Amino acid sequence: MTLAIASGKGGTGKTTLAVNLARAYARPLQLLDCDVEEPNAHLFLPGTEAASEVATIPVPEVDESRCDGCGECSRFCAYHAIVSTGTKALVFAEMCHGCGGCPRVCPRQAIREVPRRIGMVERRQAGDIALVTGRLDVGSVLAPPLIREVKRRLDPSLPAVIDAPPGTSCPVVTAVRGADFVLLVTEPTPFGLHDLQLAVDTLRELAQPFAVVLNRAGAGDDRVHRYCREAGIAIMMEIADDRRIAEAYSRGRLVFDAVPEYRALFSGLADTLLGGQGG
Amino acid sequence: MRELVVLSGKGGTGKTSLAASFAVLAGDAVVADCDVDAADLHLVLAPRPRERHDFVSGRQALIRPADCTGCGLCAELCRFAAIAMAARPDGTPVFRVDPIGCEGCGVCVRSCLAQAIDFPECLCGEWLVSDTRCGSMVHARLKAAAENSGKLVALVRREARRLAEEEKRERIIVDGPPGIGCPVIASLSGASLVLAVTEPTVSGEHDLERVLSLARHFQVPVAACVNKWDLNPEMTERIEAKAAAAGARLAGRVRYDAGVTAAQLRERAVVETDAPCVDDIRAIWNNLQL
Repeated sequence: MTLAIASGKGGTGKTTLAVNLARAYARPLQLLDCDVEEPNAHLFLPGTEAASEVATIPVPEVDESRCDGCGECSRFCAYHAIVSTGTKALVFAEMCHGCGGCPRVCPRQAIREVPRRIGMVERRQAGDIALVTGRLDVGSVLAPPLIREVKRRLDPSLPAVIDAPPGTSCPVVTAVRGADFVLLVTEPTPFGLHDLQLAVDTLRELAQPFAVVLNRAGAGDDRVHRYCREAGIAIMMEIADDRRIAEAYSRGRLVFDAVPEYRALFSGLADTLLGGQGG
Repeated sequence: MRELVVLSGKGGTGKTSLAASFAVLAGDAVVADCDVDAADLHLVLAPRPRERHDFVSGRQALIRPADCTGCGLCAELCRFAAIAMAARPDGTPVFRVDPIGCEGCGVCVRSCLAQAIDFPECLCGEWLVSDTRCGSMVHARLKAAAENSGKLVALVRREARRLAEEEKRERIIVDGPPGIGCPVIASLSGASLVLAVTEPTVSGEHDLERVLSLARHFQVPVAACVNKWDLNPEMTERIEAKAAAAGARLAGRVRYDAGVTAAQLRERAVVETDAPCVDDIRAIWNNLQL
């Protein structure tokens, strides 16, 4: 079972839900932090750092002794990552998606591929939780390949929770695709509802099953409830707008530990969605 | 012309609420919503569109089933695992491109021995120029699950600059996307000033550091402010000390105030209400000296 946690709007509580569900499950599971631009799950899960690996994508390197500046590579490249000056080809590696096209089209076999670092994949064991974190290098634009690297470490023998990035475009799609179920976290506010609707459009486009978790319930009005009722979307859990939760989060503490009255809520949802008798 | 970009790293720290308030306080700025994935500024500024344009960007591979010989070379070469085998009614293989996984590189198109792959341009969304009660606004909508958000952000900013020149406006206020990746880089490169909005939480602290180092990487001057600062005063001080050490100007603090959500429910900018934190937001705006 792979459960992805996503949202259109940022800051609605994806990470809060992901780490508390993982903690409440109380049996071995994987937590994949796919919010590689701003990974936060590790801040709530102290544990022993196991290993970190550099993640790379293949980018072109031009052998100038062979290149005659014909420009075939730059005409081919959809990302303007290799540009011919007329006498030679210049590589803009930060633009490259690593498609492998330019070495194939080069008539003089002047291009080979070399790895370029885009970020790190870190592993940590925090109790029962095997956390895998993707951390995009500052200045790197390519979140999706790093998210794919994190997801390659999915262990099919364990239940998994994926903490997805916010938004509706390529990084989110890369993170949630293939998950058995998606929870969309939102807030009962105009921004929360609007961005929920966008996230719903995205998941319908992907044809993936999903439900909603309403965070900060009581902070706004009933617009998310009305929308979900009319659109036939289940609200699987509501987390109250409780300053104690905000303060626990602020200090990097799990709601599960800091405000025990919410334990049953998280355990119940973890059991329902991840299976078994957790907690 | 001065361009302020409001960023945060972490989502939900109050970028849009602040950007809307700045737009009102400026009164005559051009406003740009560069959170093209999940744009919300229009929910406060109620723009009346006067122009609407398609955003066409990139291409997508499309295999003509009638011409596909089922050799599978395309699937083998695709680095994005976007091509999969399917079966025809008679059981022979045919290959199909997953439009969501396709990154539009063209390797399959170029390599197909039967030349059975088309490569049409993609309609990825739309962008609009609108009137608001505080000036012109450029905003956009990326299609669900679409690509090229960075290019759309670049386009929105270019249009905002063009409008500012045309309308002789001194200032541009940009509501940026969360994160530090492609659309954020497209939002901040070449800006006059970044305002990084954070909150006093472990995540806010962690994410602010990454935004500050991104701004440094692109050599854009940066100011920082802490929203909901009284949620954790010690953390606020720690964050401010770190931000200052990283070269950010401290622009101020905004108190934890239910009036921010209340304003949003009434489709007003916070500074258009009598919420207690209005003073805090005004002070930040004045400190920015945009």
